[in-house]
Parts: sequence; structure tokens; C-alpha cells
Amino acid sequence: MKYIIAIIKPHRLEDVMKELDKEKVYLRTVVDVVGCGRQRGITEVYRGVKEVESLLRKVKLEIAVNEDFVEPTIAAITRGAREGEIGDGKIFVFDLKECVRIRTGERGKEAIG
Amino acid sequence: MPQLNNADIVWMLISTAMVMIMTPTLAFFYGGLVRKKNILSVLMQCMVILCVISVQWVLFGYSLAFGPDVGGVIGALDWIGLRGVGLQPHDTYMSTIPHQLFMAFQMMFAVITPALIIGAFVERIKFSAFLVFVILWATLIYDPLAHWVWAKDGWLAKIGALDFAGGTVIHINAGIAALVFALMLGKREGVGHSRAPHNLPLCVLGAAFLWFGWFGFNAGSAGSAGTLAVTAFINTNTAAAAAGVSWMLLDWCYNKVPTMLGVATGLVAGLVAVTPAAGFVTPVSALAIGAISSVVCFIFVTKVKPFFGYDDSLDVFGVHGMGGIVGALATGVFATKAVNPAGADGLLYGNPGQLWVQFIATIAAIAFSAIGTAVLYKFVDLVIGMRVDTRDEYIGLDLTQHRETGYTVIE
Repeated sequence: MKYIIAIIKPHRLEDVMKELDKEKVYLRTVVDVVGCGRQRGITEVYRGVKEVESLLRKVKLEIAVNEDFVEPTIAAITRGAREGEIGDGKIFVFDLKECVRIRTGERGKEAIG
Repeated sequence: MPQLNNADIVWMLISTAMVMIMTPTLAFFYGGLVRKKNILSVLMQCMVILCVISVQWVLFGYSLAFGPDVGGVIGALDWIGLRGVGLQPHDTYMSTIPHQLFMAFQMMFAVITPALIIGAFVERIKFSAFLVFVILWATLIYDPLAHWVWAKDGWLAKIGALDFAGGTVIHINAGIAALVFALMLGKREGVGHSRAPHNLPLCVLGAAFLWFGWFGFNAGSAGSAGTLAVTAFINTNTAAAAAGVSWMLLDWCYNKVPTMLGVATGLVAGLVAVTPAAGFVTPVSALAIGAISSVVCFIFVTKVKPFFGYDDSLDVFGVHGMGGIVGALATGVFATKAVNPAGADGLLYGNPGQLWVQFIATIAAIAFSAIGTAVLYKFVDLVIGMRVDTRDEYIGLDLTQHRETGYTVIE
């Protein structure tokens, strides 16, 4: 079992979700986040004079998958999120020790579903 | 010689201010319905129209619309910069209040009309192109049409078309322009899932204050603080209420649940439809007009739009265009001299000819607005380019057009 966290551009979310659906990966948690990487933040104008560097809006996807789905999930996120520019985001993959379905108490592979 | 009447002046000052607030209110009604990355662009477009058209109106817009008649189609430029538009009443235009107050009241109508069209092109228009289009449209489409219907020698006024507070000039005009615009501009990018409004409470607040402002819009169009204003006031409220209830019931029947956005949309449809009729019909007729407009607009918003697939994003055509057409024709059916001796009798009161006149006025407004809007669109699109880059559209107009954001995620 793996836990996949992806940071993507907010406007790519719909495409990423469509790609995930195609791979039959339906479970996902999505959070609004802000941050910046090497491309730094974006410049905003405040009352015409002051320019502020602010963090960029990003979306974080969190997905728990069984081994068979790891590569398809990574491929789906990449297809959906890639624009070929700095700021497209990153995918992190973690080993997942345990998973419990609260309703039934099932554990592990079964519980991810 | 016309005499000033202080009660009338008070009422018209209040009405003018109430119609003014409708444009910022419309900004919130529309703003709540777009995605959060575009909220400021919508507020900006509405507020800038308020500024720009106020200036245009004082400089030359008022003269084009209401100035000395040229062939029944346009006003001459004699009143440019409000020259000759003073504090004494004009003998035809609301003859108990200062001419300048009539001008100011009309100014707010000239402001809100182009603002209504915004709903068709939200989330994808270049701000510079928007600005040029709006100035051209107000000058070349709104001002002449206002002249046709409201100026004392306008050709539609002369054939006896009834339009109490602007159903033809404002709502049909803006609604048709919106449809043409949506067809020419194409669909928004990436609205598959996130079509959902980002802030419905803002939208409902907007709808509530539109209702409030509409009392100034319709009852103010009586031009005096008399019984006609009361008639228009009651009719306005009745139609809005009936339309809100009907839309709720339609939602309940066809979508299984009554929705807040449905009621908000319905009441606006009712307000639109009663606009041309407000000072000519009985309260029960207003109730019927409100209910009918809800049914027609419901069909256009939920069936016709998906069927043809045009992206009239916030249903300007479906609600204002269709509501305006229903109102214009219904005025020819329900109008009665018993309510307003200065009006006319409609179909139900033994004068089918009035319905024909209303039909001609409606067709004239549709044709002029559609053709004019298409030509102006082509022109601005060639010179500036109407639509933002796809990438900018994805990032949102707030950041790409104005370098601002409406909401912070973290302090």
C-alpha cells in the first residue's frame, strides 16, 4: 500500500480527476493550499502602489492505493497536471503501514477498496 | 409652464439613488455565481461601468438619447455636456422635477443596461476589450434605442408602444446582446465540475437588493410621488413574489428540491417581466405576469440553453431577454386605462391592436440589438481581441487582468 501526495496547479485539478477516473482510481482527498517552489510567488498590486509577493495557490491531492495502482495513479496525475512549465508541481509517494475502514473495521488491502 | 413639486423631487432623488445601487448589487448577484478566481473581475466590470457610463451620459449620452429629435431615431448633440439641461423642468420629461434630475434618473438606467450583459461573458473576457465594447455599445445601441422608446418623438413612442420602466430598452436589449455575445465568444474553459457558484450568499444578497432597488426603478418611473408610483410599487412586489414562488415549485417538480438559487433567479425574472407593465396593469395581472415569466425563463434556462449548448454563463438571455419579451408582450395583453389613463387598453380589455404594437417594438429591439451587438463585437475582436489566453482563463481574470485576488487562503 502506498500513500500518494501530489501538489498541482489549481486549474489542472479537473483534468487530473478525469485522468484518475480513467484509471479507476476513485478515492481522493483534495485540499486548497498555498506555497511556492523555485518559480517563487506571484506579484500582486495593493492600492496601486505597493507590490506584494504572495504565495501561489496550489491544490494538494492525497490518495491511498494498493500496489497495482501506484504507477497508473502517478501516470494519471502527470498526464492531467503537466503543462511543461516551472510550477507544474510534484508527486510524493510514501509507504503506507495500515489502513482501517471505520464502518466495518476491515484492514489493509481490503479497506483501501 | 411646468411647476416644480418638492414631493416629486424627493421621491425622484431617492429613486435615482435606489437605481444607482442596483449596479453594484448586480455585481454581487453575478459575482457570487462565478468561480472564486474571477470574483473581482465581475465586481470591477460593474463598478467601472458605473463610472464610465456616468461620464459618457453627462458628456454626450443623454443628448443622444433624449436630445432634440433627429428623424425619430436619435437625439441631436445640442445637450452635449448638459448644455441647456438645467434645474427647471422639461415640459415633457417628468415635468414637475428639475430636468437635471430626470437626466440623473435616466443615467442610472443607462448604467445598469450594459452591466446586465456582463453575465454572458464573465470569466473569459479581456478587460481592455470589455471597456471599449461597453462604451461603444452604450453609445451606439443603448442611446438610440432609448430614444426610439422614451424620447417624445422616438418612432416606437409614436406608434404607441408601452414600456413603463424599460423592459424593451433595458432587458430585451441587454438579453439579446448577451445571447449574441455568448454565441460569438464561445464557452468558458474548465467549467465541467466547477459550474457551481462560489458564493451563493453573495448572490442572494445581490438578488435581495435588486428587489429593493427595483422599487426605485419601477415606481420611480412614474416620475412623481403620486398614486401611479404606488401602483408600480405594488405590481413590482407582487410580480417578484409570484415569480419566486413559481420557480420554487418548478424546481420542486422537475429537480425534486426547492433551491435558493432557483428562488433568487425566479424573483429576478418576475421583476424583469413586470418592468414594462408596472404602471399599466392591476396587481392580479402583475401576479400572472410574474408567474408566466418564471415558467418561460425556467424553460429557457434549464432546457433551451443545455439543448443548444451556448454558454450564456449567468443566464442574461434566459432571464432578462426572455423575461423582457414576456413582459413586453404581456403589457399588450394586460394593460388597462382603468389603472393608468395615460396608457392604453390591452388585448384582455378589448384592444388587440396594442399587442401588435408591443410585438413590433419587441421585434425592433431584438433586431437592432442583435445586429448592432454582432457588428460591435466583430470590430472590437479584430482591433483588440475579445478573449483572454486559455492559460489566463485557467488562472483566472482576477490575477491575470487585475493582479489582485478576492480571497486569501492563508493570512
